[in-house]
Amino acid sequence: MANAENDSRRAAGGLALETEHLTRRFGTFTAVDRVDLAVPYGGIFALLRPNGAGKSTLIKMLTTLLKPSAGTARVAGFDIVRAPAEVRRLIGYVPQLLSADGALTGFENLTLSARLYGLPRAELKQRVDEALQYMGLTDSAHQLVKSYSGGMIRRLELAQAMLHRPSILFLDEPTIGLDPVACMSVWDRLRALNQEHGMTILMTTHVMEEVDELCDAVAILHQGRLAASGSPAQLKAAVGESASMTDVFAHFGGGRIEEGGGYRDARQTRMTAKRLG
Amino acid sequence: MNSPIEFLDKSLAIAQMALRKLLRDPMELFSRAVQPVLWLAIFGQVFSQVRGIPIGNVSYLAYMTPGILAQSVLFAAIFYGIAVIWERDLGVIHKLLVSPCPRGALVLGKAISAGFRGLVQAVIIYLIAFAMHIHLRTDPIAVFGVLMAVLLGSAVFSTFSLIIACIVKTRERFMGIGQVLTMPLFFASNAIYPLSLMPTWLRAVANVNPLTYLVDALRMLMVEGGQGAHSLIGNFTVLGVVFAVFVVIAAKLYPTLIE
Repeated sequence: MANAENDSRRAAGGLALETEHLTRRFGTFTAVDRVDLAVPYGGIFALLRPNGAGKSTLIKMLTTLLKPSAGTARVAGFDIVRAPAEVRRLIGYVPQLLSADGALTGFENLTLSARLYGLPRAELKQRVDEALQYMGLTDSAHQLVKSYSGGMIRRLELAQAMLHRPSILFLDEPTIGLDPVACMSVWDRLRALNQEHGMTILMTTHVMEEVDELCDAVAILHQGRLAASGSPAQLKAAVGESASMTDVFAHFGGGRIEEGGGYRDARQTRMTAKRLG
Repeated sequence: MNSPIEFLDKSLAIAQMALRKLLRDPMELFSRAVQPVLWLAIFGQVFSQVRGIPIGNVSYLAYMTPGILAQSVLFAAIFYGIAVIWERDLGVIHKLLVSPCPRGALVLGKAISAGFRGLVQAVIIYLIAFAMHIHLRTDPIAVFGVLMAVLLGSAVFSTFSLIIACIVKTRERFMGIGQVLTMPLFFASNAIYPLSLMPTWLRAVANVNPLTYLVDALRMLMVEGGQGAHSLIGNFTVLGVVFAVFVVIAAKLYPTLIE
């Protein structure tokens, strides 16, 4: 099931994502401050940030949901402001909040996505069935999503986001609120999407285990600015001998992991945790 | 680019899923039957005794039935925007907006599904009228025209509701504004009394109120010998143009829900 297009992109050594002085302000508050990032095709890349430090603003801009206040970004070769429709066709996105409709079945959720992405009618059912099978949801395809477990919902959301075979997959806190077993099943699927389908994966996380487990490269945001970037090994070496990812994060992320974030952040995180629990 | 057919297919995909949800939990449809019964069986019965309302040669109950249908359409549609606030609170809206589906198609899909709710209202009103022996036109052309008007009227007010939801963004504020809007829209229209009875200022308001044009069209199509203030084509044109403008505005505002 390898995706030839994605493989050739990786081979060509192009950039999946490139930002230049990307900035977003809300009133006087600067959530993302002149961020320069370059992510090559092919890897699994993590954005680490303390709660509230730009929160999901950066990922919303990269997925064309939010316009930048200044600066530019190219995602999958297209400018996010000038060609958002092209970007949307080439990316998949799993937001932190629920993106599957609980009042519909898994099959219906996927069918809706397939039609919104304009998948050919003749292939539609087959593609939906394939995605369900790939995510291990075939048996529960015709049950309402509100009866799913947290891990199943996450896998369904992954299925939704990969249905149109994107080159880049964005995930916002993919394992927040999941139990360890469900976490492992999500990691396993992400690794498979990366290796078998050649999808470039970009995710935000504050789970250091996830970084060690999955990621080839990380960038750390602090107060809206890019504080550090590199491979986990490089960053650990920069902090000191036998440093862990947690030490790296504390060092570059301003020494706070769980602090910060306002009422809205807290509410959102709790809600996500609750519905997946 | 999306061809008109692809555009419509995406709208229908949205509408189809909304309908499935509605049919799984149709309680809302039935509870909406209560209000028109009250208006027709109580308010209508009493007011049909008043002879001073210049409505021509028709019974007051027959006169007000199209007005009550328009009212049910308005009331069912005006709170439809709450659906996108739910979408926003849950996060489902991200899935819709990150897809390459044109924003206009998402909005149109919601309008179509609101239209179906309106059709159910029309069926309910016909049943009530039948039970109360209110004499209405039942020729196929008239009934078809009524259903079209109800679809269009539901689309207009549900899209209006969506615009408001995009502006206020929270459930609490939306419910407040919805309550504030419905009665003025209803009273500043020709739903239960003719335009000719209104003071000039109120008539001016009624003339820019889309509900007036919906009622006018319905009255011509439902009441035997019912006369409108405007032509049928004129009424449909006004509703169609208002709808088109609302869709464009809503398509612009919809993405701002997640900012």
